[in-house]
Amino acid sequence: MLTDFGIILLFILAAFAFIGIVLFVARLLRPNRPNEEKNSTYESGEEPVGNANIQFNIRYYVVALVFVLFDVELVFLFPWATVFGQVRLINETNGSWGWFALTEAFLFVGILGLGLAYVWAKGYLDWVKPQPKIPRVDTNVPADLYQRVNDKYSHSKP
Amino acid sequence: MDLTVLLVKGLIILVIFGITLLIATYSTYAERKVAAFLQDRLGPNRAGPFGLLQPIADAGKMFFKEDFIPAQASKWLFILGPCLAMLTALMSSAVIPFGDSIRLAWDGTNYDIPMQAIEINIGVLYIFGVVSLGVYGIMVGGWASNNKFSLLGAIRAASQNISYEIALGLSLIAILMMTGSLSLRAIVNEQATFFEWNVFTQPLGFIIFLTCAFAECNRTPFDLPECETELVGGYHTEYSSMKLGFYLFAEYINMFVSSAFISSLYFGGYHYPFMNAVHDGLTGSLGEIAGHNIATAIGTVVFFAKIFFFIFFFMWVRWTIPRFRYDQLMNLGWKSLIPLSILNVVVTGAGLLYDIKYTTWLIVVVMVVLALTSNARAPKSQAAPQRA
Repeated sequence: MLTDFGIILLFILAAFAFIGIVLFVARLLRPNRPNEEKNSTYESGEEPVGNANIQFNIRYYVVALVFVLFDVELVFLFPWATVFGQVRLINETNGSWGWFALTEAFLFVGILGLGLAYVWAKGYLDWVKPQPKIPRVDTNVPADLYQRVNDKYSHSKP
Repeated sequence: MDLTVLLVKGLIILVIFGITLLIATYSTYAERKVAAFLQDRLGPNRAGPFGLLQPIADAGKMFFKEDFIPAQASKWLFILGPCLAMLTALMSSAVIPFGDSIRLAWDGTNYDIPMQAIEINIGVLYIFGVVSLGVYGIMVGGWASNNKFSLLGAIRAASQNISYEIALGLSLIAILMMTGSLSLRAIVNEQATFFEWNVFTQPLGFIIFLTCAFAECNRTPFDLPECETELVGGYHTEYSSMKLGFYLFAEYINMFVSSAFISSLYFGGYHYPFMNAVHDGLTGSLGEIAGHNIATAIGTVVFFAKIFFFIFFFMWVRWTIPRFRYDQLMNLGWKSLIPLSILNVVVTGAGLLYDIKYTTWLIVVVMVVLALTSNARAPKSQAAPQRA
């Protein structure tokens, strides 16, 4: 008899089979006539310049690092959350279990929050806000001309 | 008997696979019809009656299109990317409880077979794990394309998914504390009475979860990884044919799974008001077995109605809310949702010790009052160009 995770394995195998069959059938059906132009990298119609392994914003690394810390803490909270409200444990300890578990979690979540506050204060969560560039035009036409025209003619309607 | 159970299980797995794929296929049709409805157009109406065969025509196109693998790309990773995305999407529907149970009589004994591929006691953790694997598909595909647009899209996707995963997990923890179990079926059964649906006991958690689900599915307003005005096609710029189809399909499956997940976590799954009365009435009039099975069927229909509503909601939001800027996205994730969800966990815990389930309404009320009394308003627009 299969265990529960055996059935999950069956599920994954079925998914593999589905993907394999679909890709294989598509390969049989579709034309394959590559040429140099088709296989060049797409860069909006321009000739591609250089390699795509470019430098990117360092903040992505910082976010990933902070994420790892938070995710590990999160995984630790999962088992805590399931035993937190267990009536049996609370009854056995005359209710002190709940307070104990809650204090423990407050400490834990407090450290989590402290870490977030530190990262926040250090400015690692700040992303550059793009400033709108408002075009300036050198002209003798006054800026409020359109407004004046509108004001003038909007009232003269019958 | 073991063999029968196994066969039924196998059948259920196939059926769930079929349903997942069918709903994902017709979600593409529904997406276009909903978009057309919201924009006062007709939408697809040429292939078959009401355009119902359109998804099949699209699938045919995916099969017959030529497939390019760019010369600069790393070939195997390029193929692996969409396969990973599709695999994780397909795997996640394994633990969703679609209904109560089917009752079979065999040798005078009743066997209850749950309407679920696998009932495991760590269902929530399983989905959480599989969903976080989903980012690999995008990252691998985007990196292997060796295209600047794809790389930027993939990095954005990875960064966004991991940021919103923390708030997602924290809002889940508040639910787990109320249920004390990681099994999805236990969580659904906890919400048997209408006013104990988690959406009423965890309103803040629900909003956080919904927002994070949008971000995890890369749907508008969080579709920065593939936003066409900046990155052409994002991580799937270089993809064509069935591999592109896998990426698009995975997105729709993810949408279906997260809708099912939202319905079962917050909206009582296959429960509906007066369910016990209906169940008793049916078993009374139709007999133990037929009545139970029909009651299960009604519950499943209700569950799917909830799922379809949320899929519609995903599409509705797509045509209502414009896309975020990247700094807004990150600020929302890290500076609003994570602190709020930590607060949510703490308040829920404190409330549970006094056996009050509705304590998180306190945060909601405080937030609404703050929003109403604050003087902060959206900055005035500077639409007109300034002249010197």
